[in-house]
Amino acid sequence: MLRRPVRNWASIWKRPVRLINCQKKTGMARQLHARRLEGVDKNIWVEFTQLTADYKAVNVGQGFPDFSPPSFIQEAFCSAITGGASMHQYTRGFGHPALVKILAKFFGRIVGRDIDPMEDFQITVGAYQALFCTFQALIDEGDEVIIVEPFFDCYQPMVKMAGGTPLLLVCQKSTGPALSSADWVLSPEELASNLNPRTKAIVINTPNNPLGKVYQRDELQMIADFCIKHDIICISDEVYEWLTYDGAQHIKIASLPGMWERTVTIGSAGKSFSATGWKVGWAMGPGNIIKHLKTIHQNSVYHCATAAQREYDTFGTEDSYFKQLPAQLHKKRLRLAECLRSVGLEPVMPQGGYFMITDISSLQVDLNDPSTKDEPYDFRIVKWLIKEKGLATIPVSGFYSPEHRGNVQNYIRFCFVKEDSTLKAAEDIIRQWSVKK
Amino acid sequence: RHRNKNSKCNLYMASVTHKNAKRIEGLDKNVWITFTSVAADPTIVNLGQGYPDIPPPSYVKEGLVQAVMVDRLNQYTRGFGHPTLVKALSQVYGKVCGRQIDPFKEILVTVGGYGSLFCSIQGLIEEGDEVIIIEPFFDCYVPMVKMAGAKPVFIPLRLSDRKTDISSADWFLDQDELASKFNSKTKAIIINTPNNPIGKVFTRNELQAIADLCIKHDTLCLSDEVYEWLTYKGHDHVKIATLPGMWDRTITVGSAGKTFSVTGWKLGWSIGPEHLVKHLQTVMQNSLYACPTPLQEAVAQGLLRDYELMGQPDCYFSSLAEELQGKRDRIATILKQAGMNPVIPEGGYFMIADVTALNQHLSHVEDDEPYDYKFIKWMTKEKKLAAIPVTAFCGEESIKHFEKYIRFCFIKQDSTLDAAEAILKNWNKA
Repeated sequence: MLRRPVRNWASIWKRPVRLINCQKKTGMARQLHARRLEGVDKNIWVEFTQLTADYKAVNVGQGFPDFSPPSFIQEAFCSAITGGASMHQYTRGFGHPALVKILAKFFGRIVGRDIDPMEDFQITVGAYQALFCTFQALIDEGDEVIIVEPFFDCYQPMVKMAGGTPLLLVCQKSTGPALSSADWVLSPEELASNLNPRTKAIVINTPNNPLGKVYQRDELQMIADFCIKHDIICISDEVYEWLTYDGAQHIKIASLPGMWERTVTIGSAGKSFSATGWKVGWAMGPGNIIKHLKTIHQNSVYHCATAAQREYDTFGTEDSYFKQLPAQLHKKRLRLAECLRSVGLEPVMPQGGYFMITDISSLQVDLNDPSTKDEPYDFRIVKWLIKEKGLATIPVSGFYSPEHRGNVQNYIRFCFVKEDSTLKAAEDIIRQWSVKK
Repeated sequence: RHRNKNSKCNLYMASVTHKNAKRIEGLDKNVWITFTSVAADPTIVNLGQGYPDIPPPSYVKEGLVQAVMVDRLNQYTRGFGHPTLVKALSQVYGKVCGRQIDPFKEILVTVGGYGSLFCSIQGLIEEGDEVIIIEPFFDCYVPMVKMAGAKPVFIPLRLSDRKTDISSADWFLDQDELASKFNSKTKAIIINTPNNPIGKVFTRNELQAIADLCIKHDTLCLSDEVYEWLTYKGHDHVKIATLPGMWDRTITVGSAGKTFSVTGWKLGWSIGPEHLVKHLQTVMQNSLYACPTPLQEAVAQGLLRDYELMGQPDCYFSSLAEELQGKRDRIATILKQAGMNPVIPEGGYFMIADVTALNQHLSHVEDDEPYDYKFIKWMTKEKKLAAIPVTAFCGEESIKHFEKYIRFCFIKQDSTLDAAEAILKNWNKA
């Protein structure tokens, strides 16, 4: 099967690829970069965090909390720091024993099986690196990986860097007003019709970034049936697993019959504990698959174990941070949605996660920035918002492949996991600007 | 793909058909995994794996506590390196190299020196390339080069004719042999100075010879300098990137873990020209995105503090080397007393020792392994002392040159060295 053509992102990002010119400057005649980097050199976060910082915009863009992490987390870190010399030296490469043991116990209870802490876990530098290890370990040149759009942007370049071919399937918006993330669905027919002998894996993300969709049991079962029937690996990015609203339940696809053996589940301490800067994540799955991730990787983690321990003890009780945080965010989510509606915008209520996307079709903006002339509409609006209004969001077409972004150029993504003062500042900008209109 | 049709579990077992990607074929063995488990027994005196059991400086730990208490320092920072840290690195290395280093374009912060090597190799090396590696080498260079699809080409350090009081300076590269390893496919050479495990500190002349070849053959240089501050009296660390014509073709690797005795923090950096570093940044943005924020802030504060003290005895960069020199000399003495022949290192915190004179018969140890592997397993079991076999750091062809050597780590507290001394003093009484 022919590979899909690699679209040159340079035309979208307006930053010329100067790989050849630099060689002349250096006096080095040979090509410098490895070919695996081709087509993966642009990154939405690198670009937009820079722009946000440059314009000091109110940041409801990148997904990190600007409120404090829970104090027990910071205390846990401090007690680890002062906890003896060995705390500052190398630990077990595949994961600090105290951490993997508590994770195995914790998730074992949720998934309903005995999980081996030493064999079934790889601790990584954030969920980002867990994804990287997974693709590097399992994907070969020519393997196809189904990615469900919209997707967290790194999946596609990571698959490419591993020599794989991303096969993009769109979660379609159902007809009529799509007011909830539940209105986006993956069709079983489309899934089935896109299978071929090189299909090695499928990547799902639930709760989903950017939609906030929380896959229901029957949806996961449909994907599970597909994986089992065609002997495909499932990579399940569940970093927002604790953040579901309005009674939506997070279900781990690995807990469905026949799925543990073929699923790599990705988790994040940063998202679980509102400490994204810690960059601690994990890949969990059957030992015979995880062992390949281990070969890719070497890492050291020590400060999460105590915090995770505390969470295990309070799990299910009112004290649990995993209960308190979603309750807190539920309100912020409602507040942001109301503000957006009040100015005539149409937010899509997320069932889970950190984010809310909004249809901005009703906005009429005079976009006359020549530097963004060739970019998708939402990219242009977002950049205009940062530069002219001091408000930072993220364009949703960044989560789609170039082929499919045509239909979503009227959506931008807000992060509501922010302090009330940040949300208020964002609201003030939005209201003021609509009044002026 | 083959399905085992007779198996009842063929519905559920993904393992038969889900083989690993080819890039990791043959790379699953690792000397550290083998030997850390061997030495995990607390009754064993562990001079094996290279990490300090002495505490890091208190201001470094305090810096981390302070960073954690600042809310925003618990969230994502700039992917290629926390601004405070890259600016501090730019200051320190700008001074050391005698040039202006752009903190945002010429520096990448990585997960340890290890991560720095990974980003460099993934960013710049590919199938069809050859990479020259000097033996003995830090073991990860080979699997990383192989994982990038390239071919490692080895050249051993050779011992001069000297018979007694051998130091790491007596190990050298044969110039003709080195020149013969370069060809049109040679994309890079990896050097490590101070060297792990021998402790050799390459002289300016030796580095110039390597530089000449790099320039002649248009080759990149990946210079692993994680032990750069640990050189002993009379030996200066020279950065190959500062030699004429080398800045534009060199990536220099550094390590917070080795600099501040916090190996568990796993923070390092790659420094080099923008046209090379940008490719490492591309790897970074597609693999980890960013390193932990509070750790970066704490390292930045530590660097700024020691930058002010550079050249003074209080500076940790020099005070640690001073402290380790005493431990180095002590370990050398006790190894000699036990009948081993140590190679006195000019830098780093390892010492290799020739065990030939002990005449230890190991034919009863059944494994088909090089002598040093067998010796270590025997020594760990019988003498309760752990070290690392030096052939773990060389290619197949050079095993016979290195199999009588074992590596000791001496960045250990006095009580550990006392315990080692007790074992070595009693070596011949059994």
